[in-house]
Amino acid sequence: MLYKLTLEEAAKGLKEKKFSSTELTSNLIERAKKLNPTLNAYVTFCEDKAMAGAKAADERIAMGQQISDLDGIPAGLKDNFNTKGVRTTCCSPILKNFVPPYSATAVDRLEKAGLVLIGKTNLDEYACGGSTEHSCFGPTRNPWGADYISGGSSGGSAAAVAADMSFYSTGTDTGGSIRQPASLCGCVGLKVTYGRVSRSGITAMASSWDTVGPFGKTVRDVARVLQVMAGRDDLDSTTPDVPVPNYIGEIDKPAADPSKPLSGLKIGVPKEYYGEGIDPAVEAVVRSALKEYEKLGATIHDVSLPFTKYAVAVYYVAMPAELSANLARFDGIRYGSKPKEEAKDLVDYYYQARSEGFGDEIKRRIMIGTYVLSAGYYDAYYKKAQRVRTLICRDFDEAFKGVDVMLTPVSPFPAWKVGEKIDDPLKMYLADALTIPSSCAGVPALSIPCGFVDNKDTGAAKLPVGMQIIAPQFREDLLLRVGNYYEQATEWHKQKPGL
Amino acid sequence: MLSLEQVKHIAKLARIGIDDTAAEKFSKQLSSILEYVEQLNEVNTDGVEPTSQVTGLSNVTRADEEKRFCNRDELLACTELPVEGDMIRVKQVIKNN
Repeated sequence: MLYKLTLEEAAKGLKEKKFSSTELTSNLIERAKKLNPTLNAYVTFCEDKAMAGAKAADERIAMGQQISDLDGIPAGLKDNFNTKGVRTTCCSPILKNFVPPYSATAVDRLEKAGLVLIGKTNLDEYACGGSTEHSCFGPTRNPWGADYISGGSSGGSAAAVAADMSFYSTGTDTGGSIRQPASLCGCVGLKVTYGRVSRSGITAMASSWDTVGPFGKTVRDVARVLQVMAGRDDLDSTTPDVPVPNYIGEIDKPAADPSKPLSGLKIGVPKEYYGEGIDPAVEAVVRSALKEYEKLGATIHDVSLPFTKYAVAVYYVAMPAELSANLARFDGIRYGSKPKEEAKDLVDYYYQARSEGFGDEIKRRIMIGTYVLSAGYYDAYYKKAQRVRTLICRDFDEAFKGVDVMLTPVSPFPAWKVGEKIDDPLKMYLADALTIPSSCAGVPALSIPCGFVDNKDTGAAKLPVGMQIIAPQFREDLLLRVGNYYEQATEWHKQKPGL
Repeated sequence: MLSLEQVKHIAKLARIGIDDTAAEKFSKQLSSILEYVEQLNEVNTDGVEPTSQVTGLSNVTRADEEKRFCNRDELLACTELPVEGDMIRVKQVIKNN
């Protein structure tokens, strides 16, 4: 039952020699392999590598040379993070056999901190989707109800953490791909400030939006993982030289008034994120979290982000444009699968390799991107979207003049049924309406479990709901501190699906 | 509404082979997405600069020094095509006559 521990509890147990990393790792792998046929959270297991890594960690611990709080802790990582020697597919047919010759910077840093990699988690192909149904390995199922989607694109990571199949995990968040699955599966997920964590070695989706962040069972666990991954990297020129705070230190800083630890904190409630288009049951759950924050001493303020309603449209121009450029490198020549049939010439080879190698959602997005970037349409679509993006960024600048953080729902509705929105791409896109605006502005946002709504079909089972806390750029420290106080005051994060 | 011909042309530019059935399906789906994003035209953006970088970085440079990144064999091992010496053999690019 070691798999039930949080990352911090597991680290403490290792340090105090209550159990070994070998025991922890084999227990976790056993759990993950038992549930995987139902949930499909993992697409690859690397058991031998994991057991060797656990043994090495045990030797370090025995000699009192534990490298970090993550040393000897097993976890699975999203399968768009390059892991040297371990298959990395992006859940795309063209990369089904790809074994990368190098690891992403984030993976290197985690491994240097003692990560025991047990496998790779499922995602929508190239992180494009909100349900993990666009994976060539099939959908990841929600731990709270296997008929339901896990959210996406990092659905495998979110489900793995929520179902105790991983002590922590990683994801990428371009328009909501960490926050939304964390919310729908019931775990904590952090989308960092653009550039806070290096993206080197993680397959690019939309380069002016992509971020890399952690999933955890608690806010504190997320802080521990972020600590290892964050900071400047010479291999990613978009990581600025902004100092990385001691996140746990910030969380643990004593409050002036312990009975009202958040007194002085101003929480903004943007009106565009409530009401129309939001499931009333979801809204009620999030509003009760606001009440909890008032008890903790925070004050609630109405704010407005007037350009919110255009964010999805901005995203669905800019993102496919950038995606189509990034995915141009997949030609099945230097790496990736070659076509089944003999091609006539090189161009025919490209047509075949990319037709067989990409799923429909990727083809749609590449074609939209190609269209909006083509001669005569660039100004009308791409440039226009970038101008509206500026207005959305200004919305956030203005709002943060009056409040410290903003609190909203993560997803307008709880998890939906597998297959329900698969034939209507636009409907699926609107599920990201509340996460895209902060991606637009590059600000960090934390998704935390804050309650449940009834499953409308059975009435019995419950589906998790997450709230989103948004802060100004590079204020992950504030998000984690504010999130941790809520978690301490409530029990939502302790509720587990019956698996 | 994108016509079938337009969809096929876009697919060609993107080097994605598609047949008529796929072109028909994509034509509907792509059109509905493009119709949705048309709403951006409601917004007055006169004098508004476009945003392509959100944290204020510009022209990030580094020292022009050679760095070794994987070795040749590791990189060549990634291809499924025949390798001859240091090169990957691909289909003919330019045809005679």
